[in-house]
Amino acid sequence: MTKELKTLDEVTIRFAGDSGDGMQLTGTQFTNTVAALGADLSTLPDYPAEIRAPAGTKYGVSGFQIKFGSTDILTPGDLCDVLVAMNPAALVTNVKILRDGGTVIVNEDAFTEKNLRLANLQSNPLEDGSLARYVVHKIAISKMTANALEDMNLSTRLVDKTKNFFALGLMYWMYNRPIDQSIRFIQEKFAGKDPEVAESNIRVLRAGYNFGDTTEVFTTRYDVKPANLAPGKYRNVMGNVATALGLAAAAHQSGLQLFLGSYPITPASDILHELSKMKEYGVKTFQAEDEIAAICSAIGAAYAGALAATTTSGPGLALKTEALGLAVMLELPLVVVNVQRGGPSTGLPTKTEQADLLQAVIGRNGEAPLCVIAAATPADCFNSVYEAARLAVKFMTPVICLTDGYLGNGAEPWRIPNVEDLPAIPVTFAKDPATFHPYSRDPKTLARPWAIPGTPGLEHRIGGLEKADITGNISYDPDNHHHMIKLRAEKIERIAEDIPLQEVEGEKSGDLLVIGWGSTYGAIKSAVANARERGLSVSQAHLRYVNPFPRNLGEILRSYKQVLVPEINNGQLITLLRAKYLVPAVGFNVIKGLPLPADEIETRIDELLGGTHA
Amino acid sequence: MPETMDRTPVKLGIKDFQSDQDVRWCPGCGDYSILAQVQRVFPEFEHPKENYVAVSGIGCSSRFPYYMNIYGLHGIHGRAPAIASGVKLTNPELDVWVATGDGDGLSIGGNHMIHTLRRNLNIKVLLFNNQIYGLTKGQYSPTSQLGQITKSTPVGVIDAPFIPVSLALGAGATLVARTMDRDPKHLQEMVRRAEHHHGSAFVEIYQNCNVFNDGAFFQFTEKETRDDHVVYLEHGKPLVFGKNKQKGIRLNGGTPEVVDISSGAFSVNDLLVHNEENSTLAFILANMIHNPELPRAMGVFLALNRPTYEEQMQQQIAKAKSKKGEGDLQKLLDGDETWVIA
Repeated sequence: MTKELKTLDEVTIRFAGDSGDGMQLTGTQFTNTVAALGADLSTLPDYPAEIRAPAGTKYGVSGFQIKFGSTDILTPGDLCDVLVAMNPAALVTNVKILRDGGTVIVNEDAFTEKNLRLANLQSNPLEDGSLARYVVHKIAISKMTANALEDMNLSTRLVDKTKNFFALGLMYWMYNRPIDQSIRFIQEKFAGKDPEVAESNIRVLRAGYNFGDTTEVFTTRYDVKPANLAPGKYRNVMGNVATALGLAAAAHQSGLQLFLGSYPITPASDILHELSKMKEYGVKTFQAEDEIAAICSAIGAAYAGALAATTTSGPGLALKTEALGLAVMLELPLVVVNVQRGGPSTGLPTKTEQADLLQAVIGRNGEAPLCVIAAATPADCFNSVYEAARLAVKFMTPVICLTDGYLGNGAEPWRIPNVEDLPAIPVTFAKDPATFHPYSRDPKTLARPWAIPGTPGLEHRIGGLEKADITGNISYDPDNHHHMIKLRAEKIERIAEDIPLQEVEGEKSGDLLVIGWGSTYGAIKSAVANARERGLSVSQAHLRYVNPFPRNLGEILRSYKQVLVPEINNGQLITLLRAKYLVPAVGFNVIKGLPLPADEIETRIDELLGGTHA
Repeated sequence: MPETMDRTPVKLGIKDFQSDQDVRWCPGCGDYSILAQVQRVFPEFEHPKENYVAVSGIGCSSRFPYYMNIYGLHGIHGRAPAIASGVKLTNPELDVWVATGDGDGLSIGGNHMIHTLRRNLNIKVLLFNNQIYGLTKGQYSPTSQLGQITKSTPVGVIDAPFIPVSLALGAGATLVARTMDRDPKHLQEMVRRAEHHHGSAFVEIYQNCNVFNDGAFFQFTEKETRDDHVVYLEHGKPLVFGKNKQKGIRLNGGTPEVVDISSGAFSVNDLLVHNEENSTLAFILANMIHNPELPRAMGVFLALNRPTYEEQMQQQIAKAKSKKGEGDLQKLLDGDETWVIA
């Protein structure tokens, strides 16, 4: 039968199942295929902290959301158009983010009495009318998977683990995407190692695709045209991968060897994994015994002349606090990446949050200023960490680069830079014993010289005790201490002379400025764009540089009647802005471990400007 | 950074290793002797000064780098082994020394100590053990003795002390030694052994804190008592001690005991012969401390040859480069799947 092919501008799909069902893999595969066809996209993996929570329970549900389209895709979507639910728990925990009239595709074989009980359901939602607002497709995914593999004599367990590929195949059919890329992936992943697994996965993938083609359940399939992205070569990239690439690129462009001292922590570990694979690039990764050793090894590496980095999440940054103070005192270049997660304490390890801003900017003993910058999108992690490295080396200072769980695990198309177009990172090591003083300073940047062990005639001692100006000898002199504190602060302030002025999207003055930082970029942009379309006087400023702020920021803030600061925390950037610029900014703070919903930001804009939106 | 550093032998003297900083330890402190012996021995190695790096944490011992005219990093409490690891991994050709104490290295920094030793980085650790916190003015440390009266234990220590040598052996250090501040020749020899060892070296140095724990080791360090309370370990030699070399250590089953070899009942042939490559023996010698009848062993307990962490890291990198070729950054950025928008 011929089926109608409808073109959509954009669509949001969520895959949901048990954490053992392979939903992250399914989502990633779908993403890579969608990306390669040129759509713009944004993803949100949403998984529990437990590796394998009891099967069938609500707290074991793992989800992966992707929004893709031929338009400019700024967020993974507030609401979904399609929910693929592999069991009752996945259905009931995710159906609330499905838009009215949206499509539910369920594995009806999983709606057994046992699974309904595990999901705490009194009745079967497929039968009790609770899904009346949606278009529900009940598909016998488990049965059809088993049929496809009937002659292979596989264990029930293996057959069951393959069913996610049926769902993937079906979605490829429904959205008019080819299955070849995933077949290639399966072949490469299991090639040689486990041909049986490779074959079963490919068979089931095909079965899902063919089912869509032959069944009469679906009369329509959808197409999404390539997005109007800037010309260039693209790839799909996750934030943590982009961070690893940014560090590798900065090392290459500076001519320094890259040293990463790190300790495994969710959601930052992928950066360590990625860099540990880059041995042919000379990257040295050191999995230390703890977070403290991780940063201390990086400090030692910086002292010895490496581009040194440490990667972590909030609890790890807390442990690194004392050593960060040492790095401030030693004035050595160091890149610290904090992939923020929900806090405090262990908090929500797999969920996103922006609540480490104040920890990064001011959370140390003594006066210990350092530079803080933040990434806005998954691909922007590359630019941000690259810039962090550039500033660290130029100003001889630790720089904290803030990303978060959503950026780290989320993905988007990335226009790959040409290596030769990357900004230069010039490095000069001190060499001349006649002029060398450990704490003399570059008159412009106030950076001290970088003198590495192995250099004849420059033997010197540095440490965490207060330094005498210029010589770096231990000094307890009161005036010197005052002077050095001012000097260290001034050095960080001078970074503002080196970074671009803050840009504003929209009019340079008006009724409202919405200012944010980090991963809220897409949500704020989409809310502001909608409000502007409705004629409201709203502009957006999004900060990459959080400490120091760009030097025109005060002027920008004063050019609007009102300032709104949406954040995934209880009001941290707003605290800094109010303190520094004395502006009566108001906040918008939703702290649920999830990206900010663009729609709610828009509502807040309306509240402030007296508008309303649909 | 220089890929290969100059290794031409250099003639230097003790003065070359003295920095211009005033030494600020208390008069009479055992640290002076340790500093002097290190400064005396370093020129023998004929390395250029710029190849040495001393890393320390916090405490009296950790002021050591300031007084050595080499590269020095005075870090934060307990973290010297971690900082030193980063230095060594970045430039494996540097000669990296850690100066630490019983509080710095075994209490707040205990975790870094054991992991650095187990990895077998070619880093030399000098642990100044004075069984007290000196810089904070006299609290007990993880090596203070049971019952010891200190500022924070006015009626006596109740937690069992670490035996630093046993801890280092347990952590997998490939060279483990003990020496004392008041035996300069032996101390010098242990510094030499550490330097020439290929891998992590852990040297415990009994160090007198004459202000807060004076005389803690006098039984072992003073001329009058030393001979009867110390047995010097020498590879391949029987364990003989005593003023007239009349006593020895024999293994009775698995248990060491003191025997008299002057009376005819036992001869030197009955004695335990030291073998630096026997880790079981090293533990027995380290644990002799539990029996007050036995002398305290000084010298190299264990010396094993294992690949170092940094050379294995370099090998992995070299192997990847020879297999895949020198990394091409553009290829790395491109990844596996790209598409072009015209």
